[in-house]
Amino acid sequence: METKEHIISILVHNKPDVLARIAGALGGKGYNIESLSVNTTTSYEISKIVMTSIGNQTTITKIENQLRRIVDVIGVDDLTNVESINRELILVKLSLTADSRAKIEKAIDTYKWKVIVSANTYLILEITGDKPQIDFAIARLEPLGIADITRTGIVALELEN
Amino acid sequence: MKLKGSQILLKMLELEKVDIIFGYPGGTVLDIYDQLYKNKLKHILVRHEQGAVHAADGYARATGKVGVCLVTSGPGATNTVTGIATANMDSIPLVVFTGQVPTSLIGNDAFQECDITGITRPCTKHNFLVRNIEELASTIKEAFHIARTGRPGPVLVDLPKNVMAAEIDFDPAAIQIRNHEPIHKPAPKKMAQVYEMLSHAKKPLIMTGGGVILGKASSELTELARKYQIPVTGTLMGIGSFPGTDPLWLGMLGMHGTYYANMAVSHCDLLIAVGVRFDDRVTGTIETFAANAQIVQIDIDPSSINKNVVVDLPIIGATKPTLRDMLKFLAEHNYTQQAAERKEWLEQIAGWKEQFPLAYCQNGQIIKPQHVIETLHKVTKGNVIITTEVGQNQMWTAQFFPFDLPNTFITSGGLGTMGYGLPAAIGVKCAFPDKHVIDIAGDGSIQMNIQELATAAQYKINVKIVLLNNGYLGMVRQWQELFYEKRYSHTDMTYAPDFVKLAEAFGIVGLRASKPEEVEPTLLQGLALDRPVLMDFRVSRDECVYPMVGPGSSISEMKLGTREMIN
Ligand SMILES: Cc1ncc(C[n+]2csc(CCOP(=O)(O)OP(=O)(O)O)c2C)c(N)n1
Ligand SMILES: [Mg+2]
Repeated sequence: METKEHIISILVHNKPDVLARIAGALGGKGYNIESLSVNTTTSYEISKIVMTSIGNQTTITKIENQLRRIVDVIGVDDLTNVESINRELILVKLSLTADSRAKIEKAIDTYKWKVIVSANTYLILEITGDKPQIDFAIARLEPLGIADITRTGIVALELEN
Repeated sequence: MKLKGSQILLKMLELEKVDIIFGYPGGTVLDIYDQLYKNKLKHILVRHEQGAVHAADGYARATGKVGVCLVTSGPGATNTVTGIATANMDSIPLVVFTGQVPTSLIGNDAFQECDITGITRPCTKHNFLVRNIEELASTIKEAFHIARTGRPGPVLVDLPKNVMAAEIDFDPAAIQIRNHEPIHKPAPKKMAQVYEMLSHAKKPLIMTGGGVILGKASSELTELARKYQIPVTGTLMGIGSFPGTDPLWLGMLGMHGTYYANMAVSHCDLLIAVGVRFDDRVTGTIETFAANAQIVQIDIDPSSINKNVVVDLPIIGATKPTLRDMLKFLAEHNYTQQAAERKEWLEQIAGWKEQFPLAYCQNGQIIKPQHVIETLHKVTKGNVIITTEVGQNQMWTAQFFPFDLPNTFITSGGLGTMGYGLPAAIGVKCAFPDKHVIDIAGDGSIQMNIQELATAAQYKINVKIVLLNNGYLGMVRQWQELFYEKRYSHTDMTYAPDFVKLAEAFGIVGLRASKPEEVEPTLLQGLALDRPVLMDFRVSRDECVYPMVGPGSSISEMKLGTREMIN
């Protein structure tokens, strides 16, 4: 059975401990959460959690079943096996030096990166994309001198449901 | 009507038809205890909070209702953890109320503050911290609902002191909660598959577990087995779900299962597993478990399916309606078993039974523990509710006492909690005051919650303790004998109290038997007394529980003991 990263979308009641319950239920059984993103939906009462975990189908099914046991969990979907779209977002701070300025400006132009803060000594870029796109961007950014970076977990949506 | 939080709690217990709670007071629950002082709800003051949880658990297992306890914050709450984990492993419905420091102090390391919802998150079905009085009534209602619906389990409700003191309008009719009751979805295609599988099977076997007892499905399971002449084995938790005196009953399977049950599992070609979760104590090495069989598994909890053993036909559903659907489908489609083939299979099993029955040798002047259990069955005709401690005492009870009815064998299966039996027996006896309730105990385990003898004495809860006193942590000693070359590291318990004097010191009756001929009279005397009685049976020190499947072995490879022991 193929071991790969699965994107699991979990709808939960927005109760104080719900994230701890999910992290605890999986961590306590030895399952790893690779990436995580949580926020409320259009209703403040209900949150959506998108997590990724690496495993074969058997392991992922066990993870889903453990999640469904949690009283505050409303629904669990593996978005890996259906047509879905996913994105990550990074914010990157690049230091501007005499040498780097020109190279950075060229890269921004080439890759159409979005500059959201432009100061005298640094820039902050906002880049979204799926995992390969973000990995690609980071590989291009690294030689330009990343001063700081933050990367969100994956968010994903099923195309048809 | 304006009521205080503490009054709402008691009102809600009344609405939930709670007739008894087990508890222990302290600072943060003073308001609640003050209300109890004026209330007619029965409260049993235990001597340790672990005892309160086990008592509520015993009550729940015997009645099928939700068991309730009440303790204070901090150490009172942490003392409940072993009890909660015990109930959680065996899916027992409990609601545990813990006191908590006032909400304004939570997070300040206040006196006797402890994050009990955090601590118990992994060992409860669910838990709640009631943050304000508006949520109180609905939280309590939801706690009971969650505890008893679906796969049952313990629910903890943490009650800050200020919430108990606050006041609010109380209107029971206005309480709304989410519904957690799973809807039964009939699965006719799966029933057709079961029909097919049964039609082709020459050696079918039913494996019954705790889910049959929790799901109140014993009569359906019994009907299925008897109607179609399918032999039945069971897990420790399944004991009592099928009549132990029925010829189709093979006894328990697994590590200390009978030879014939383990052989039947290893040779069957169809295994219908109902309400079991394939614990490692049951399966032995997974690869060889029921290796010749197609496996059907019925369980209410999808996470129990394909967890340890990969099954051919999973059916997710409550045991009772699912077995009903199955009986109906088989009847409507005129399923009949091939009498000749079934005879061959039953004869093969009978052969194994004859070859290696459960046996021991009551020779000489030393009492054999199995003899005590068999004699107990003889003198009570099985008309009792038994709790056990953990260890050899528990396994011998499972092996040598045939249980005909569900909810009459009450034991800590999943967690294996020493100290469970005595407080659990107290809880059971509170539910069934007219029944004999007997804790079959070990000398090690009984010392873990021995303080509850005071509870039994105070309330005249006339439980009986049949102490199989071997002067050892016997089960651990057995492993040391068999797998650690008899290096008896810290398992000798000869330094123990005089249990008869100890019983007397607690104000209950203590009796002792040291010779085989004293066993029956001692039991008769102890059972006849309308008092709590501890009967100290000085039994053989080095008896082992057989059969035994060693760690890492297949369940068909059993140590059967010496010829002398099994003759
Ligand atoms: C609370 C707890 N601690 C330790 C154990 C490990 N353990 C399992 S059986 C056993 C020995 C029990 O001794 P006793 O109660 O005398 O029963 P016997 O096996 O001798 O019948 C021990 C220590 C346990 N199950 N529970
Ligand atoms: Mg012992």
